[in-house]
Amino acid sequence: MFAFIVRRIAQAIIVMLIISFIGFAIKQSFGDPVREITGVSVSAAEREKIRDELGLNDPFMVQFGRFMQGAVKGDIGRSFFYKKSALDVILSKAPATLELVMCSALIIVIFSVPLGIYSAIRPKALFSRFVMGGSIVGVSIPVFLTAILMIYVFSVELHWLPSYGRGETVNLGGWRTGFLTLDGWEHLIMPSIALSSIMLPLFIRLIRSEMMEVLENDYIKYAWAKGLMPKRVWIVHAFKNTLLPVITVGGVQLGTMIAFTILTETVFQWQGMGFMFIEAVERGDAPLMVAYLMVVGLIFVVVNTVVDVIYGLVNPQVRITGQK
Amino acid sequence: MQPLLDVKNLSVEFALRQGPLEAVKNVSFSLNKGERLGLVGESGAGKSVTGFSIINLISKPGYISNGSIMFEGQDLAKMPFDKMRGVRGNRISMIFQDPMMTLNPVLTIGTQMIETVMAHMDVTRKEAEEIALEKLRKVYIPSPRKRLAQYPHEFSGGMRQRIVIAISLLTDPSLIIADEPTTALDVTIQAEIMDLLLELCETDNMGLILITHDLAVVSEVTQRIAVMYAGGIVETGSTRQVTETPGHPYTQGLIAALPQSGAAGDRLTQIPGAMPSLMNMPAGCPFNPRCQHCTDICKQELPTLKENKSGILVACHHADKV
Repeated sequence: MFAFIVRRIAQAIIVMLIISFIGFAIKQSFGDPVREITGVSVSAAEREKIRDELGLNDPFMVQFGRFMQGAVKGDIGRSFFYKKSALDVILSKAPATLELVMCSALIIVIFSVPLGIYSAIRPKALFSRFVMGGSIVGVSIPVFLTAILMIYVFSVELHWLPSYGRGETVNLGGWRTGFLTLDGWEHLIMPSIALSSIMLPLFIRLIRSEMMEVLENDYIKYAWAKGLMPKRVWIVHAFKNTLLPVITVGGVQLGTMIAFTILTETVFQWQGMGFMFIEAVERGDAPLMVAYLMVVGLIFVVVNTVVDVIYGLVNPQVRITGQK
Repeated sequence: MQPLLDVKNLSVEFALRQGPLEAVKNVSFSLNKGERLGLVGESGAGKSVTGFSIINLISKPGYISNGSIMFEGQDLAKMPFDKMRGVRGNRISMIFQDPMMTLNPVLTIGTQMIETVMAHMDVTRKEAEEIALEKLRKVYIPSPRKRLAQYPHEFSGGMRQRIVIAISLLTDPSLIIADEPTTALDVTIQAEIMDLLLELCETDNMGLILITHDLAVVSEVTQRIAVMYAGGIVETGSTRQVTETPGHPYTQGLIAALPQSGAAGDRLTQIPGAMPSLMNMPAGCPFNPRCQHCTDICKQELPTLKENKSGILVACHHADKV
């Protein structure tokens, strides 16, 4: 198991190196930092001098090395707009996004597991057909449309829920959370439902199809032949085997969901990383965009590494391979 | 004496889009306590479906369309699910064909054994574990306590089939249905597993229905044989009689086709043609297109089981001549 984890972490570091390289390459070809520092009134000769001082005339790889040195210490550039460290800007926005993703992930797990299992074991039941039909609709409607429709119905027409922002937040040692106030929760409801509106149907369908495949196996027939309770056959024998592919896909999707927040956060004016990224694009704030890319890349890599480790815990055959 | 299992006029149909397809037709057989019966036939003859129908576990869209299955005084064919669950794995155990596919890959052997005990007996986990250990010793699994914590992939094929046999013994059933228990194993292991099964049935006086296409195995293990062809039983009698003086042309063909029956260097005999598809059954006797004794009546009328001169039940119009 230990060797397995070490190998996974080594792979994660390689992926992060590649992401950094791409990020740095984008930064190099995007705008001129000297111009951002000096404005237009400085002569070409002086600019050249500043370029030399900043090391911008060094070979690409030397500059990349310097960038990586900074990145390891947490310095991945300064935002032009906010005039402070890009990482700090992102970290101040991250809690909003993470809380949103957490809520959506929770919604997905709570609903997809029972609905997926039910529609797998009773594929012909009316309710299953309804769930399957609904999930097609859910997958087909884009997030921004769902979000706008919800705002129209629940905010504009019914006045039940607030339509934008995070509402009242509480600062917990630098982490601004909306979990501690009723107002925060009310603001969270629609964005998290909107964010889960694509993934939830996908997961229901994934769990259903994997589970139906598992139910065809001999070991399920054997479990029936042993006279086990139906609940035990479905949950312990079938669902545990269904989990393996679902965990793999789920990990990747969790990363994708963080990227999906760009749409949801924009519609709901949610002050998170996605909204920040759109603003950075509008302002041409290259360092902030690159920093966002790297942070999201890091989250992806960490989530996938954790998923691989969890997969190893669920699947005994992976555990053995790890021991060798 | 009342038989342990008495199957009467059992028919199994599969509900297909084109209409029902009869996979097992009007099959009757019985089994006394501690008796061992071989169900023999080629692939698709309906042996497995017959076996699974006894515990009402036919794969969808199959169902029992007619007949009764009396077992220990109850009709299994009409039993509701909850009562049936109490019989499965408890009074009647099943052994499947491929031990690689039978055990759940993500659960330990211990879990898979203990859950079976606890599904049928009112015992604690600890007691269930003791029962599991006892049965593992019975099938000669070395260091059983350590084995309980292991997963199926840590065992060889033969070992897995031993474990499946141990699981089938957990609740001391009165009948074991073994569906091709050795087909997926290599030849040396086959003999070991069959010997083990025979030994266990004899010591515990358990009934056994052995489903196989291997006549050699059947003749070693069973006392009676039922030969199935295209969904029906074509011949049934004591194993010795059927293998020595087969009455049905099909059984004769099967025995003649065994490699050891010819002299070395001879061409192997075979039954010409193939079993007809269930969708496309010939009129009359289903064996008529392949039978060398075929006459007009064979193409018109389905023969029923009748006792022939050597006391075997044979479904053939020419039973006394062939």
